Amino acid sequence: MDLKEKLISSFMAFEEQLDLSSPIHEMRTRSLKQFEEIGFPTKKEEAWKYTSIAKLLKNDYSIFPKKETTIELKNVKKFFLYDIDTYKIVFIDGVYSPFLSDTTHDGIDVCLMSAALTRDKYKATIEKYFNTTAKQDDSLTALNTAFTKEGAYIFIPKSVVAEKPIQIIYFSTSEQGPMLLQPRNLIVAEENSQVQIFERHQSLVSHQVLTNSVTEIFAAENAIVDYYKVQNDLEEASLIDNTYVSQKGKSHVSVHTFSFGGKLIRNNLNFYQKGEYIDSTMKGITIIGDKQHVDHYTLVDHAQPNCESHQDYKGIYADKSVGVFNGKIYVNQIAQKTNAFQKNNNILLDDTATINTKPQLEIFADDVKCSHGCTIGQLDKDALFYLRSRGIPKKEAKGLLTYAFANNVLESVKIPAIKTRINKLIANKLGVSVGHDL
Amino acid sequence: MLTVKDLHASVEGKEILKGINLEVNPGEVHAIMGPNGSGKSTLSAVIAGNEDYEVEKGEIILNGEDLSEDDAETRAHKGVFLSFQYPVEIPGVTVTNFIKTAINASRKAQGLDDMPAKDMLKNIREKAALLEIDSKFLSRSLNEGFSGGEKKRNEIFQMAMLEPKLAILDETDSGLDIDALKIVANGVNKLKSKDNAVIVITHYQRLLDYIVPDFVHVLHNGKIVKSGTKELAHELEAKGYDWIKQLAD
Repeated sequence: MDLKEKLISSFMAFEEQLDLSSPIHEMRTRSLKQFEEIGFPTKKEEAWKYTSIAKLLKNDYSIFPKKETTIELKNVKKFFLYDIDTYKIVFIDGVYSPFLSDTTHDGIDVCLMSAALTRDKYKATIEKYFNTTAKQDDSLTALNTAFTKEGAYIFIPKSVVAEKPIQIIYFSTSEQGPMLLQPRNLIVAEENSQVQIFERHQSLVSHQVLTNSVTEIFAAENAIVDYYKVQNDLEEASLIDNTYVSQKGKSHVSVHTFSFGGKLIRNNLNFYQKGEYIDSTMKGITIIGDKQHVDHYTLVDHAQPNCESHQDYKGIYADKSVGVFNGKIYVNQIAQKTNAFQKNNNILLDDTATINTKPQLEIFADDVKCSHGCTIGQLDKDALFYLRSRGIPKKEAKGLLTYAFANNVLESVKIPAIKTRINKLIANKLGVSVGHDL
Repeated sequence: MLTVKDLHASVEGKEILKGINLEVNPGEVHAIMGPNGSGKSTLSAVIAGNEDYEVEKGEIILNGEDLSEDDAETRAHKGVFLSFQYPVEIPGVTVTNFIKTAINASRKAQGLDDMPAKDMLKNIREKAALLEIDSKFLSRSLNEGFSGGEKKRNEIFQMAMLEPKLAILDETDSGLDIDALKIVANGVNKLKSKDNAVIVITHYQRLLDYIVPDFVHVLHNGKIVKSGTKELAHELEAKGYDWIKQLAD
């Protein structure tokens, strides 16, 4: 039985654990049907031309978390932002870990999706937002919706500024063999509110884990949401991240994606602008080697006038790694005065590495500023000579230049602790020592 | 200190240096002047070990050792320093971290441990003061967004930190206003000793009013066509380079 069949036949058993009278039930059933019709994406589809998940689907994944696994904080502390005060929602093999978490209902809600989906208190919010911006005809999103049970639920009411960043962390262990995880996150930031979120998927032992995650983010008028994704998983872990951002007037949302490790990563990042004077920012740094594969598939839907979008993705590829960047910018004919910028710069450290980069601009308005640029290159020879002439050996000089190439994406990171952490990860990854400032 | 013998060098098959001979002794300042395209920057790049240039013939000897087979970093470890005409911008790497990396790389090559942080800090402070460099400047990304003057001051700051035996200053005066020029020249003069040597490469005589050379060489079409003392620089300033060209042809 292949994975698709296994999923479909497991659905009934899954539903039995849940409340069938809930309005979500109907949504799940519909989504499963959608998935059944479309199936998993294949390379025949334009959007998946350069990324094949066929091999990943051959594993005999367990679909439902069986039991709670406990891990000690001291063993996993390093995966957290531990030097600043934060709220935390932590899951181990798909099951909430109260011991590692630090949730709140004080002024804001930082809690579990399972609670939000079942309790009356959250009913209105769930009805208003849940699964309303996620793409209905995307098979992987539909699959996630069908099996939605757990994840992070974050609600920031009107005019509230979340005083601490929120960490959402998904750990996996090898306790249950190959594992399919399908977390579902919902983030709602009401008018004039602000929130910063850090998300990470981390396997603790190298094992076959496939995560098919869906996150919906809603930013109301004037809201500011900054989202940071760290993807630095072990070599057998794969991640399909489907993120949907719906923005209203004058809101600012940024998503930074740092992809440094894992077997296969696909980031489907979608921004929908539903008001004027919106700012959408997408930044990414990808540094991979071996046979790793990272695919960034972005969409910005400029549906209203006077909005901006900024995309800056840097990629560094070594060995036989493969990178993909596909950036689609759609400018509706009423979206006059749109400013849309997209950059994708890449360095191939070895002849065996590959990058496929494809900007896609569809512009139907006539008074807009849109620019896109992609480069694929090697390190600058003059710069290399400059460093070597100061006595820095070739290998280290290359590392420093590569570091410098990637590093300036971090300028827009607002949380210093994240900036420092990512800086160190980059330096580590590239084998350079940048020390600390005196 | 430095002996250059019959040096021929080319880039992409085009011969630029056509037999350079030069002898620089410890404690001396040599100026190399010449019109654009005469090979001045090529000479400095070749001595510093830029692999874009092919050495066809000749020798570069520093303190009795032939440098021809050494890569750029090894030459730096042996005491060669080149102040660049166009220093490269390196975002994300601060001036301080860069110089620390460079110093410790040289120390490592000599079998020494990293310089203790305290000594490094003291050294950085002293040398920064010499070049009138503000401490805020040291935590900026290397050369990124620096003005012309800041870039050149930073080059001489690096020279001060690395304490080379032979420093080559390639067009260090270009892009400098008179105040910056004085600071840079003052820094170089304070670093001069009886044990090291400086080669100043320049198109104009202006810098030589502040860094006074013992010898002046005129480069034309890949060869040194005339050598003399500092008066030669004044003569060039007054007459231009045309008479030298005629002299050579």
